[in-house]
Amino acid sequence: MAIKKISKAQPEKFEFNKKNKETADSIIKNYPSGKQQSAVMALLYLAQKQNDNWIPLSAMKYIAKYLDMPYIKVYEVATFYSMYNLTPVGKYFFQVCTTTPCMLRGAYNLVDVCKRKISEEENRLSKDGKTSWLEVECLGACVNAPMLQLNEDYYEDLDPKKLEQIIDKISNDEVPQPGSYRGRLSSEPENTRKTLIGNKNA
Amino acid sequence: MLEDKDRIFQNLYNDFGADLISAKQRGDWKDTKEICGKGREWIIDEIKASELRGRGGAGFPTGLKWSFAPKEVGSRPHYLVINADESEPGTCKDRDILRFEPHKLIEGCLIASYAVNAHKCYIYIRGEYFNEGQKLQTAIDEAYKDGLLGKNSAGTNWELDIYIHYGAGAYICGEETALLESIEGKKGQPRLKPPFPALIGLYGCPTIINNVETISVVPTILRRGGKWFSSLGRPKNTGSKIYCISGNVNNPCNVEEEMGIPLKELIEKHAGGVIGGWDNLKAVIPGGSSMPLLPKETCETIKMDFDACVENKTGLGTAGIVVINKDQDIIKCMARIARFYKHESCGQCTPCREGSGWMWRMLERMAKGEATRDEVDMLLDVTKQIEGHTICAFGEGSSWPVQGLIRNFKDEIIERNKFDPIVKKQKDIPYLVDQHLLEKENA
Repeated sequence: MAIKKISKAQPEKFEFNKKNKETADSIIKNYPSGKQQSAVMALLYLAQKQNDNWIPLSAMKYIAKYLDMPYIKVYEVATFYSMYNLTPVGKYFFQVCTTTPCMLRGAYNLVDVCKRKISEEENRLSKDGKTSWLEVECLGACVNAPMLQLNEDYYEDLDPKKLEQIIDKISNDEVPQPGSYRGRLSSEPENTRKTLIGNKNA
Repeated sequence: MLEDKDRIFQNLYNDFGADLISAKQRGDWKDTKEICGKGREWIIDEIKASELRGRGGAGFPTGLKWSFAPKEVGSRPHYLVINADESEPGTCKDRDILRFEPHKLIEGCLIASYAVNAHKCYIYIRGEYFNEGQKLQTAIDEAYKDGLLGKNSAGTNWELDIYIHYGAGAYICGEETALLESIEGKKGQPRLKPPFPALIGLYGCPTIINNVETISVVPTILRRGGKWFSSLGRPKNTGSKIYCISGNVNNPCNVEEEMGIPLKELIEKHAGGVIGGWDNLKAVIPGGSSMPLLPKETCETIKMDFDACVENKTGLGTAGIVVINKDQDIIKCMARIARFYKHESCGQCTPCREGSGWMWRMLERMAKGEATRDEVDMLLDVTKQIEGHTICAFGEGSSWPVQGLIRNFKDEIIERNKFDPIVKKQKDIPYLVDQHLLEKENA
């Protein structure tokens, strides 16, 4: 798995807010009694969302106590999975897919745009401190390649020019419309649909 | 070509909407009670008769898998787990099912849970599919409200609860035992088999794990009969399948087609042809990045089903077709796939953890033309030492694409990396000589 850096600057204390506490308790109920450890992934994700998109060590300790499991087990999980950020990332976090199907359709041109417009290096905050970017592995939207994930939304069928426009909007704190940037609504072949034609006109 | 009326996923392109009312209009949740009323034996026999094979990559017969679940529930409850951790590069079929046909999946969950005596079903969705998961959750909530799930699901007198468990960006969690570990709240590292999950799975209880697409086709098969499903395709490779065609084609798309459709037809007809024309085709990866690539000559004739792919030294896998044309550097493409596997190796078995990095670094050098001629054979040797020496199939998945590259494009690699190794001239420098290769020469 990817090498993970733990942030040097760590907040002293972490605690779920009231709403997240309720969500956490309802998630724990999804699993059989005594198996509350299963909720660790979901709780880490909640902590990440509450703490500006990254997980401090104090949150891991808090979750370990919350779920009555050893801290090292939470630490293991947090360092194993790539979606947990252990250092601060931008408020707008771009994850560009560059695995082969996207690469074939020019994903590295998107990376160049990110380098130019956000920051020279991956995981480094932009000058205004709002955005950062990262190269990631297959995001599972290969038919709509090249694509990227901005926080939780997919932006598909991109090209460098459109990505520049997206980044410009972001720097003005406008969140652009997610989805396909060539007007596709699904993964149907553009303009040349040969199947389910009756449904299209229905 | 499959007729439109025989396509199972009528809403693949979201022409109607994914909500319960439109799903019911399409025929979902019709006669679910009667289907379950015919009994477990009947359901499993009908699925066996349909010859449905798992759509997650390995192609294991689904009916057989279900029959492995203990017939009677003992002291341990049974679980059904749905694998929606779709991360194979080139594959994006489950995403469309989750967002456009969630009720097919939920109904399939109910029938499958009934067939294997499970009262709890977990759907493991990859963390990146957050929005798709929300859509599925909406559909699950609708089903609860309508009495299709819960204490007396759809009038079947069967209690079923479905929960979504989100992953967090680990490809390996698509491996079934790693997925179970992940649900248990641990690192996603595969378990040794046996014991198989059907007997000792989630929390040590009997667990049946199926792919999203496999479960989603089950209700339609039972409604229209196993015979209908097995009449499509050819024996042992029956039914229809969602193919994902990506890469250098004019119109990348997902399309549901009959098993055994010629690859050329898929690319030319549905995906609008290769960019630059058919003659510009270089190679095709037929089943997601784990499967060896096919050269152009084979692409002319090959039919896309499990057995035909195996005959051509590759596999259907998840049917994620990645088309690579001549404008691309094939070695670079494969080096990128090797980097994917290096990134995603869970680190449990040494051959895979170390070997996936070796393969990536060697391929990167080969793409730049900095490797020596001998290293091509050395690379093949490395792949052979990973394959079959790991706990899970990730070892095969990472080494097969490299083997496919060497099998089909060895000349091209050597053409670019043709200088002799320095060690050849000065064999007496012990730290420069790869001992392992020397031994072979002496033998």
